[in-house]
Amino acid sequence: MPKHSRRLLRGTVLICALALGATACGGSDDGGSSGKAVSEADVQAALKKGGTITVWAWEPTLKQVAADFEKEYPGVEVDLVNAGTNEKQYTALQNAISAKKGVPDVAQVEYYAMGQFALTEQLTDLKGFGAEKLSAQYSPGPWNGVKAGGDGVYGLPMDSGPMALFYNKKVFDKYKIEVPTTWDEYVDAARALHKADPKAYITNDTGDAGFTTSMLWQAGSRPYKVDGTKVSIDFSDQGAKTYTDTWQKLLDEKLLAPVTSWSDEWYKGLGDGSIATLATGAWMPANLASGVKEAAGDWRVAPLPQWTAGGKAGAENGGSALTLPELGGNKELAYAFVEYANAGKGVQTRVEGGAFPATTAQLTSQEFQDTKFPYFGGQQANKIFAESAANVADDWSYLPYQVYANSIFNDTVGKAYVSGTGLADGLKAWQDASVTYGSEQGFTVEK
Amino acid sequence: MTTLQPPAAAEPRPAPPPARRDRRSWTGWGFLGPFVAVFALVFLAPIAYSLYLSLFRDQLIGGTTFVGFDNYQQAFQDDRFWAALGRVSLFLLVQVPVMLGIALLVALALDSGRLYGRDFFRISVFLPYAVPAVVATLMWGFMYGTRFGLVGDINDALGISLPAPLSPGLMLASLGNIVTWEFVGYNMLIFYSALRVIPHSLYEAAEIDGAGQIRVITAIKLPAIRGALVIATIFSVIGSFQLFNEPSILRPLAPNAITTDYTPNLYTYSLSFNGQQHNYSATVAIVMGLITMVIAYVVQLRGMRKGV
Amino acid sequence: MTSPVVTVPDRSATAPAGASRTAPRLRGPRRRHTPGRPRRSVLLTVLTGLVLLYSLVPLAWLVISATKSQEGLARSFGLWFDGDFALWDNIAETFTYDDGVFTRWLLNTLLYVVVGAGGATFLAVLGGYALAKFDFPGRRAVFAVVIGAVAVPGTALAVPTFLMFSNMGLTNTPWAVIIPSLISPFGLYLMWVFASEAIPAELMEAARIDGAGEARTFFQVALPLLAPGIVTVLLFTMVATWNNYFLPLIMIKDPDWYPLTLGLNSWNAQAQTAGGEPVFHLVVTGSLITILPLIAAFLLLQKYWQSGLAAGSVKE
Repeated sequence: MPKHSRRLLRGTVLICALALGATACGGSDDGGSSGKAVSEADVQAALKKGGTITVWAWEPTLKQVAADFEKEYPGVEVDLVNAGTNEKQYTALQNAISAKKGVPDVAQVEYYAMGQFALTEQLTDLKGFGAEKLSAQYSPGPWNGVKAGGDGVYGLPMDSGPMALFYNKKVFDKYKIEVPTTWDEYVDAARALHKADPKAYITNDTGDAGFTTSMLWQAGSRPYKVDGTKVSIDFSDQGAKTYTDTWQKLLDEKLLAPVTSWSDEWYKGLGDGSIATLATGAWMPANLASGVKEAAGDWRVAPLPQWTAGGKAGAENGGSALTLPELGGNKELAYAFVEYANAGKGVQTRVEGGAFPATTAQLTSQEFQDTKFPYFGGQQANKIFAESAANVADDWSYLPYQVYANSIFNDTVGKAYVSGTGLADGLKAWQDASVTYGSEQGFTVEK
Repeated sequence: MTTLQPPAAAEPRPAPPPARRDRRSWTGWGFLGPFVAVFALVFLAPIAYSLYLSLFRDQLIGGTTFVGFDNYQQAFQDDRFWAALGRVSLFLLVQVPVMLGIALLVALALDSGRLYGRDFFRISVFLPYAVPAVVATLMWGFMYGTRFGLVGDINDALGISLPAPLSPGLMLASLGNIVTWEFVGYNMLIFYSALRVIPHSLYEAAEIDGAGQIRVITAIKLPAIRGALVIATIFSVIGSFQLFNEPSILRPLAPNAITTDYTPNLYTYSLSFNGQQHNYSATVAIVMGLITMVIAYVVQLRGMRKGV
Repeated sequence: MTSPVVTVPDRSATAPAGASRTAPRLRGPRRRHTPGRPRRSVLLTVLTGLVLLYSLVPLAWLVISATKSQEGLARSFGLWFDGDFALWDNIAETFTYDDGVFTRWLLNTLLYVVVGAGGATFLAVLGGYALAKFDFPGRRAVFAVVIGAVAVPGTALAVPTFLMFSNMGLTNTPWAVIIPSLISPFGLYLMWVFASEAIPAELMEAARIDGAGEARTFFQVALPLLAPGIVTVLLFTMVATWNNYFLPLIMIKDPDWYPLTLGLNSWNAQAQTAGGEPVFHLVVTGSLITILPLIAAFLLLQKYWQSGLAAGSVKE
């Protein structure tokens, strides 16, 4: 037997060598164009010449944009692929980059995930295309997002999510509750509502990293400081304390519906009035209109409640950019598409399709501001969103490994939602876990 | 004369068929070759690659370095890994006996010939196996809901307050229920098939001895399908240790109850896919594979020793 | 109706080789199985009925939910019908939504099942036959290695496998789903056990004496005897391939090559993104449509089992 198993082993080794060789010799860098200057003329020439570009994106309005783009430039074919939503797409992108094969020419990346790809130079710096001169076109939050805490421009902002308070007016009217303008009033409204109807909650929350970081952003907390590979994480500043003190009340008094966002239970709750408000990004109307049809006319939009009476602080929740992965091909054509979609004609197409823009021209246009939303009973909700967008502080930064940090949010902060752990302690645990990971990954991390 | 005898059982057989031993040649490889070739590509090569990976460390800053057995040392001191292993061990100790017990009872009931509508029973109990884990988890996720789900509806209707199946305390049991639901029929069919090939001469002998039903079961049926029981146990052990689909699909509904290190397999997934720690993930997977193998081996040894 | 599911020639009775070749002993009708023709028991039926209920209630939820519109799902009790009966609309919408991509997914899945499960069964039959009927160097190590490899968590192997497949140019092609589906460790085990019981050594010897080559012996003598076992393995591999989720998720990025499970999941995920349209009613209806072909296959194969033995062994 030993003799033969050795033979078997040898066969195995051979196959492994094949596998290892395949990955080890997986091609040298195929000449990215970071830093290289590409003129407008080069881009035009590429458009004339034509070709095919692959775009990985889940944003639904891009379908129409791609069709229009193909129509305008008949030689160009846009292969629009939904490679998964959010982190699923990042995983796919990371895998393709590791394999150095099948990397798309254009990829949708959310602002919070930008740093991870930018830091490791997996995204093309669009300064070479002269993208930095477009900065004036975008509102501050999104533009800050595509810079990913560095000097480069790693994508063009596609959409943004300035936050507002969506509330079910029917429920508020029924129980004669005032729409809150501060978070303290919000807590009072939560109490009043739950007392009036024990099945109704002011909102749902089971712990969501994106929501929590946005709330911290608005409260003035700046937990992450990033300087190249030097990172500091601190959830103990005044802003964080302001947030946890208030939110802890809602948790302690069980005023938050333990329903996870985006589940079918959640859609049900938004429809039947048992989830009465949502503090979220301005992209929400499209989801309400398609997912909560039965409550059409019940909902309205109000400015996000403030931490101090009379304040005007805003925050971004969500939003994404289109980027050019370094290993993608056809850079000129890819950039032409991104510019068309996010700075050119495509923007208007996408606004009409229900997306919320990141460009100031659209945000401030009379037409946009005057748009009446039938779903909100004819309310001109864009006025509120646009004002919120203008009030977003632009000094927020995410970690260069925020995707991982967010993935372990519920392992740590989640405890505050299901057991006696305090929210502040939960954030501390999240901080520790994020510090550990950062150190393991070679960052210089300060607490 | 038992069927479904696991590999090791071939040895202690009293009288191996003579034709087998005198044809020791390479001919068998001609038939086994295609399987082995694909197997090597799909399983062995990635495992070998993982072994190689487990000796390195790749950082976002600083790139790849050779670290020898550091990753293994880290794995042995990794609380998250051991906690996950403890969790699936508990799952294994409760869920597998319950599932196999039900499967065995149903198989015996079907085999006894005392059921009305036997064929209907057989196909119906097997049906859940046809439901993709994605769909099965979706369905149970709905029923587990205490606000708008079935549990909520029952609470409302009866004015009671059932414990929430998706709460951290009950999550493991809720997962066990889903897995049991999915695989009872599958295991039942394996046991049932094994029962059906028991030679009639044995029953006839029992009849002459005047043995009752229970005696027939304990003296003839169970020993005869021991092989099937052992192999079903081994595959269930592996399945429990690799618990992944159900918790990962249920996670969006209960993100705080199912952490990213809830099971060893979820942990390796999270390390690899969220954290880009492919090397450490590979290490944990190899350690987990070794532990699983040892336990499967012990199950087999114990299972075969009894009363052969 | 009442013949056994799986029966094998009885080797304990030392029938002469020639006799067993022309007329392998068949199991008699089922009622001879247990002594004294068992009386049907209401109590036992009721007890087993509890397991039956447990198995079927979630499926009832699926069927009932498939009759509801997106709004109906939200407003009605889970285990009872909503006022609107939207099943036909849902089915029509499932097949037309997103330019009828569901049909494409269905055809992909069929392709994966036919090639993947068919191939897996074939490899398992060949391998099991080899393990059962030949003694060859390394034979005993094979199954230990198989079990050992299966014990390594698949999620951690996904990335190495992806990198290999990517370099071989297999990702985003049907092969990325089919090749991994070709391995069924449990199928190999079942065929091994089954082949060692179902094929009398005497029969193979007789074929060899008649001058048949190894291939002919396998196809003409062994294969027919293995038919009932093959059906069982085919059933298991079909289900495994049909429900395959994790590997396609990593390997396939082009929705045109999605299997049904991935497609349904992408519809489900659509509710989780800005601007996405929740289509839970289509997810539910699609799920129901997804499991129907499998249930149909079960029922068909069940029939085959019942007559399978006679067809398989008397042919020779």
